Amino acid sequence: MSNILNIARTELKRIFLSPLAWAVLAVVQFIMGFVFINLLVDYANNAGMQPDDSIGVSDYVAGSLYGFATILLLLVMPLMTMRLFAEERKGNTLVLLTSAPVSITEVVLGKFLGLLGFVLAVVLLMAAMPLALHWSTNLDWGRVAAGLLGLFLMMMAFGAAGLFVSSLTREPTIAAVGSFGLLLVVWLLNILAYNDSIPFREVFNYLSLIGHYDSLRRGIFNSADIVYYLLFSGLFLWLTVQRLDMERN
Amino acid sequence: MESEVLIEARALTRRYGPTLAVDGLHLTLRKGEILGLLGPNGAGKSTTMKMLTGNLAPSAGEVLIGGKSLREDAKAAKRALGYLPEQPPVYGELTVDEYLDYCASLHGIARKSRPEAVASAKRDCGLADVSRRLIGNLSKGYQQRVGLAQAIIHRPPVIILDEPTVGLDPIQIREIRALIAALGRNHSVILSSHILPEIQAVCSRVMIINRGRAVYNEPVTAVKSAAFGAIAAVFRQLPDARTLETLAGVRRVLALGEGRYRIEVDGSADPREAIAGAAVEGGWGLLELRAEAQTLEEIFVELTSRDAALAEAA
Repeated sequence: MSNILNIARTELKRIFLSPLAWAVLAVVQFIMGFVFINLLVDYANNAGMQPDDSIGVSDYVAGSLYGFATILLLLVMPLMTMRLFAEERKGNTLVLLTSAPVSITEVVLGKFLGLLGFVLAVVLLMAAMPLALHWSTNLDWGRVAAGLLGLFLMMMAFGAAGLFVSSLTREPTIAAVGSFGLLLVVWLLNILAYNDSIPFREVFNYLSLIGHYDSLRRGIFNSADIVYYLLFSGLFLWLTVQRLDMERN
Repeated sequence: MESEVLIEARALTRRYGPTLAVDGLHLTLRKGEILGLLGPNGAGKSTTMKMLTGNLAPSAGEVLIGGKSLREDAKAAKRALGYLPEQPPVYGELTVDEYLDYCASLHGIARKSRPEAVASAKRDCGLADVSRRLIGNLSKGYQQRVGLAQAIIHRPPVIILDEPTVGLDPIQIREIRALIAALGRNHSVILSSHILPEIQAVCSRVMIINRGRAVYNEPVTAVKSAAFGAIAAVFRQLPDARTLETLAGVRRVLALGEGRYRIEVDGSADPREAIAGAAVEGGWGLLELRAEAQTLEEIFVELTSRDAALAEAA
């Protein structure tokens, strides 16, 4: 366990020592702030138009803002995961971990945990925007929290898939393109479900990354959705361990 | 006195597809030994080192480190191991201190004793002045030293160094050699190199690998005092070279001119004393008499090129 934490700590430190993390955070925050202000202006203009106040500001924030965030994060997460193993392989530093008395599972979990530290930073920045409204209006914090939890889980799943793709190659850019492609395909699986002629369309709909986020975004906490993201992440972490173990043979 | 065996490799074999990189290699390393691994490019040195450090699984055979199998009890075996690969595995964005602290933690050194371990590794590798610099900004020689510090930070019983002096300047090379020699007193070291004098200067035993097989495995002292095949002698006046051939142990005498002779000996005989005695008796004016010992370089060239010639003929 201490091995995992040591690796995670150094990984997180290295993520934030690179300008990439700061650039990504800055750009994401800028775009999200832009969208947030737009949504607020939109809400203010429409205030009082609805007969029974059926749409509150929490719907705007947790619904539209965090819904938009998923698209942005789909673009950004592959950039954060591409280095994890590909760069270590390219710089011949993977040997440091493979000849130390730590197991491959510990290495993979350590790196993943370090990445989750970055994910947490993104989630906190996302939480800062509704927090700014806290003093001027009544927010449904439960609903915002569900949206943030969904974002965290979704980024965790993105991260696990990206970690796996990064372990396949020694070129970080290929890892980025590969994991973006993989995530987009899993995301878009639900397109198949719209087509009536495809067999098992419910299965495809269920497997899609996006469907499970939608209910959380609406404030519905369903443990099946949580389990879906955990299983998705677990699967790719396991595949990463298998892949790195294969390398020795 | 037989000291403790720290590394034992039994019938180590590695295939890459159809090519056989290492073929049934046996290797034993005792405490306090420095083993030099020599071989032409592509002979299987690095592959052997990767297998010894658990970075590559052998196709057949087994590696025991301190009695622990690298396959069955990898963690325990790796705890006794320090490894510096061909390219030092350093993170350019960390400072020397941060990096060494991380390495110490990976090797399970408790948080309390880490600063001391880092300090002593830095002292040994001459890194005290660059503690707070980013590794990426250091020169190649310093990065190599950081890599070496990483390999010895947990004071492992076994240290494996893949070409540790590549890219260093002559003074650094001398320092690193002195460091390796000092480490060899309390640890066991395996060292690969292309530089033959380096092996001769530092190692206590030499293993030459060619085409994945160990073709030579002897103590370095054996190279120095090896059974010689010939004697070089200079006489002021030798009446007849054939009188030399009558001495016991002398096979053939070749006159090289100007009183120089090359005397080939029979097997492991040493007729030097007899020659000196005969020279005094006969008043030949003996000026020089020395065994023509084979140097490591000659052994290396002979063993590795003979095989190449055979391969060409086949």
